Amino acid sequence: MTDVLLYVEHEEGRPRRVSLEISAKAADLAAAAGGSVHAVALGQGATQTLDQLGQYGTDVLHASDDETFDQYLGDPLVGAVESLIGSLQPGAILLPYSQDGKDLAARLAVRLQTGVIANVIGLEVVDGRFEATETIFGGAYTTTVRVKNGRPPVVTIRPNAFRAEARPKTARLEEISYRPEGEATRAKREETVQEEGAPVPVDEASIIVSGGRGLGGPEPFEMLQDLADELGGVVGASRAAVDAGWISYPHQVGQTGRTVKPQTYIAIGISGAVQHRVGMQTADTIIAINKDPDAPIFQLADLGAVGDLFQIVPALTEEIRKRKAH
Amino acid sequence: MKIAVCVKQVPDTTARKELTDDFRLNRASLDSVLNPFDEYALEEGIRQKEAHEGEVAMVTMGPASAEETMRKGLAMGADRGVLITDSALAGSDIWVTATALAAALRSGGYDLILCGQESADARTGLLPGALAEHLGLPFLSYVQKLDIEGSQLRVRRQLSGGYEVISANLPAVVMVVKAINEPRYPSLKGIMASKRKQVTKLDAGGLGLEPASLGIAGSRTEVVAATPRPAKEPGRMLTEPPSEAAKLIADFLAENKVIA
Ligand SMILES: Cc1cc2nc3c(=O)[nH]c(=O)nc-3n(C[C@H](O)[C@H](O)[C@H](O)COP(=O)(O)OP(=O)(O)OC[C@H]3O[C@@H](n4cnc5c(N)ncnc54)[C@H](O)[C@@H]3O)c2cc1C
Ligand SMILES: Nc1ncnc2c1ncn2[C@@H]1O[C@H](COP(=O)(O)O)[C@@H](O)[C@H]1O
Repeated sequence: MTDVLLYVEHEEGRPRRVSLEISAKAADLAAAAGGSVHAVALGQGATQTLDQLGQYGTDVLHASDDETFDQYLGDPLVGAVESLIGSLQPGAILLPYSQDGKDLAARLAVRLQTGVIANVIGLEVVDGRFEATETIFGGAYTTTVRVKNGRPPVVTIRPNAFRAEARPKTARLEEISYRPEGEATRAKREETVQEEGAPVPVDEASIIVSGGRGLGGPEPFEMLQDLADELGGVVGASRAAVDAGWISYPHQVGQTGRTVKPQTYIAIGISGAVQHRVGMQTADTIIAINKDPDAPIFQLADLGAVGDLFQIVPALTEEIRKRKAH
Repeated sequence: MKIAVCVKQVPDTTARKELTDDFRLNRASLDSVLNPFDEYALEEGIRQKEAHEGEVAMVTMGPASAEETMRKGLAMGADRGVLITDSALAGSDIWVTATALAAALRSGGYDLILCGQESADARTGLLPGALAEHLGLPFLSYVQKLDIEGSQLRVRRQLSGGYEVISANLPAVVMVVKAINEPRYPSLKGIMASKRKQVTKLDAGGLGLEPASLGIAGSRTEVVAATPRPAKEPGRMLTEPPSEAAKLIADFLAENKVIA
């Protein structure tokens, strides 16, 4: 019997979508391995994630609403999850490949003296062992990775790697008794500052509408934003557009920006330099709009439109609006 | 203040990366550069030293040729280099890399250990946290602003919708992001001075590590298969006038269930 433990990221009780994706995947893995799905959520609102996690396949939620978890960075999560793992002895620990997920995964793996696997897009149980798939070098290779010597793998999972499909269960709540103190309080959160117009992180978006140097300035990004809004997506950019100051760095996709794996990536006025491609070529579907029929981006595109973006993009947005109105 | 900056030598960004038969990056055939993300960590180390005095040591684990890429950092203003190099380290995973770097750092008495956000080849972003845990030090990640007063550290940690302010005490491991500074170019004077700066080489024995606990043997993870990406089938190309192309793209989005 092998249980799976997942770490849930939430915003005051609302689980992030990636955590639902992981819960649904964990349900399939636990079913294959003959075990149950345990989830752990910490900090204000944590226990309110219960119903939604149950909808997506979690059997038991270990949670604490104690706000001391929010008052310190990192250490309280490491301490609480480490002690939970000590009592549950799960066969695998799954976390989102996000800032907090990565920090927690790296540190937990060292405490447990086990291996950590980064940025995973596939996970299976083969002959009773977990086998993870990751892409490396911007998708040039797909590798299969295991943790040796029967230790439980700590696996960080890329957003959009798995679908958040319903696996309805009635999840049970278990209160976590661990409380941060001593060492766990050494990095203190003094304040949190929300910045205006902060972007939705591109790495979690399932639809990205990206613009490059072909846009020629900051204003045309509004046109891309309109299209993204119609599609329920977010705006991305090439480094050329970011370096020109047309859009901020968090939007940048590529080697020195974010690596993304959306369902749909629309590259507009982007030539497709290798440093851009390594950040987006594992997208499920790629659409490119470029006036140069020889632009390298077309080699990746499932659908390419050769033409002027200033004509095609507004026409496309209009067309989608029209269809929605029907 | 004693500052260590963990820097890595990585293949040049345009290089075509290939795997060897035992699933390791074939570094032999590649031009190498200082990991671009680590230039921000190095710049921050140099600025903190300029503000608080002390020294900046660059610490790398890599092939002997990594000494060359370290020269750039020395020319930027780092005082010295520490290069961990041993054939027993080839194929090391995060666990082993963190073990080796921690062994070299532990005896150095550093107040501040800086890392980049990720390495341009491995791109895991996991090493800095693992390193902090090996050293038992506080870990401050995704730092976009770093202020030090005495032994007190105050940082801005990047969030997707803003930032948070975190305080801790030195010694600590700090991972920085691009937004923190603009790395300097080495000056001619810096380049001249770098030639006299020292790079100390350490092997497994010098770190007190057993070769069997290193490299592929000591790694906690194993790569059991690797497949190159299959060549992509050419996609469909539209050369229709804009309004027609827009309709066809919308059809394609509908087929893919992006729109109804
Ligand atoms: C170390 C390093 C790291 C890098 N990291 C990144 C990274 O993270 N992300 C990244 O994106 N790049 C990165 N780059 C830069 C990369 O090499 C390219 O310079 C960059 O991606 C080019 O951006 P672009 O495609 O927007 O611009 P260009 O290459 O100039 O392409 C613009 C395209 O727009 C098209 N176009 C122009 N006008 C129109 C129009 N009216 N209608 C339709 N099409 C039009 C043109 O035909 C052209 O193909 C990096 C480079 C280095 C050296
Ligand atoms: N071999 C290495 N030697 C020194 N520092 C490293 C090494 N590998 C990774 N690092 C540091 O850890 C950071 C994150 O790397 P990674 O976890 O590999 O993405 C890098 O930016 C470096 O600061």
